[in-house]
Amino acid sequence: MGERSMLEVQNLYCERQRRILFSDLSFAVQPGELLQVKGRNGSGKTTLLKVLTGLYEDYSGEVRWQLESWPLFVSHKPGVKDQLTARENLKWLADLYQGGATADAIDSALAAVGLNGFEESLCGTMSEGQRKRVNLARLFLLQSPVWILDEPLNAIDVDGVKLIEERITSHLNDGGIVILTSHQTLEIGVEIRQLNISGTT
Amino acid sequence: MLLNTIKRDVLVSFRNPAEIVNPLVFFVIVISLFPLGISPSEKVLAGIAPGVIWVAALLATLLSMDLIFRSDYEDGSLEQMALTDQPFLLIILGKIISHWLMTGLPLTLLSPLLGVMLFVNEEGIKAIMLSLLLGTPILSLFGAVGAALTVGLRTGGVLIAILILPLYVPVLILATEMIKTGMTGGDYIGHMLWLGALLLMSLGVAPIATSAGVKISLSH
Repeated sequence: MGERSMLEVQNLYCERQRRILFSDLSFAVQPGELLQVKGRNGSGKTTLLKVLTGLYEDYSGEVRWQLESWPLFVSHKPGVKDQLTARENLKWLADLYQGGATADAIDSALAAVGLNGFEESLCGTMSEGQRKRVNLARLFLLQSPVWILDEPLNAIDVDGVKLIEERITSHLNDGGIVILTSHQTLEIGVEIRQLNISGTT
Repeated sequence: MLLNTIKRDVLVSFRNPAEIVNPLVFFVIVISLFPLGISPSEKVLAGIAPGVIWVAALLATLLSMDLIFRSDYEDGSLEQMALTDQPFLLIILGKIISHWLMTGLPLTLLSPLLGVMLFVNEEGIKAIMLSLLLGTPILSLFGAVGAALTVGLRTGGVLIAILILPLYVPVLILATEMIKTGMTGGDYIGHMLWLGALLLMSLGVAPIATSAGVKISLSH
């Protein structure tokens, strides 16, 4: 067990607006591993994550997943609807990803990210950090072995960062994989594999 | 999933009432400009009523079309919808249906009032309502294709009009002919069948084209 890669990328080549973002990029991720994608602004980190999720298909090379369910993708966009409450937002996500969730599960996910008492608040009235917390509450609600997180720690305060780091650690210990981009240094009790994509050209 | 999507989108629209009210107010104002600008005489107004009501309905639908995917694109909800194993086609269809519930249906319900204002007789008003009931879903379906392709662009609104208005022409011709026939007491079942056929055809084609368009827009 554990020898088979959950994700294998081979000879990935991608260009955008006539600039080569990455060429001949190969890596594999095993269960329980955290991969941090690093690179300058505009070096293609988000594009790489989009390629991995299948949103961006204009590349050559191979991306192979061994998966039973879809990866959780948290993009740098807010990911929550301003006109819906925190609870409604999570309910909708749960409907999308796993055909629904109980009200208790949703409320405890919101409590886990420190949004007790904000279940009925419209996300449009929340602060940037709170909305990010609603967005990240899915990590406590939805089951998926693979998390792909684009700048998950932006706009989050110190307590929140610790919360997410703990959640990532326990997810890795359960044999999940996490692929993320972040400018911050994560403090996680697990070895972090780094993939630097600037300068591969 | 279809019902969930419709419920969610209708809820979002209700929390943001301007989205619903703006096209309706636009519809009413455009139509009430004609008696002021051309002539308030019964003969003139009844003659141009079918065309005026339908052109205003086209423009009101177009005005709201850009919004069908815009906010979901900007806040990232659209990506999430495309990335799950829920059938994307059903989600898209749900969004189109709720768009129609929020624009086409209110336009249809409002139209008798405007018909009366333009001196359309009773039979004609019935034809107006039936034509809008059959025709506005077609507008939402075709419009969604344009909206899907332009959602990634900043100046999508005008481009949708250029892309989609020509596709609305057959609907416009059929619907106005149907109303004219109705106003002169004729039998317009043939027009209705044609509109129904167009509706079924667009129901089959437009969601597929729309979901492909959304995927293209998302990959940029």
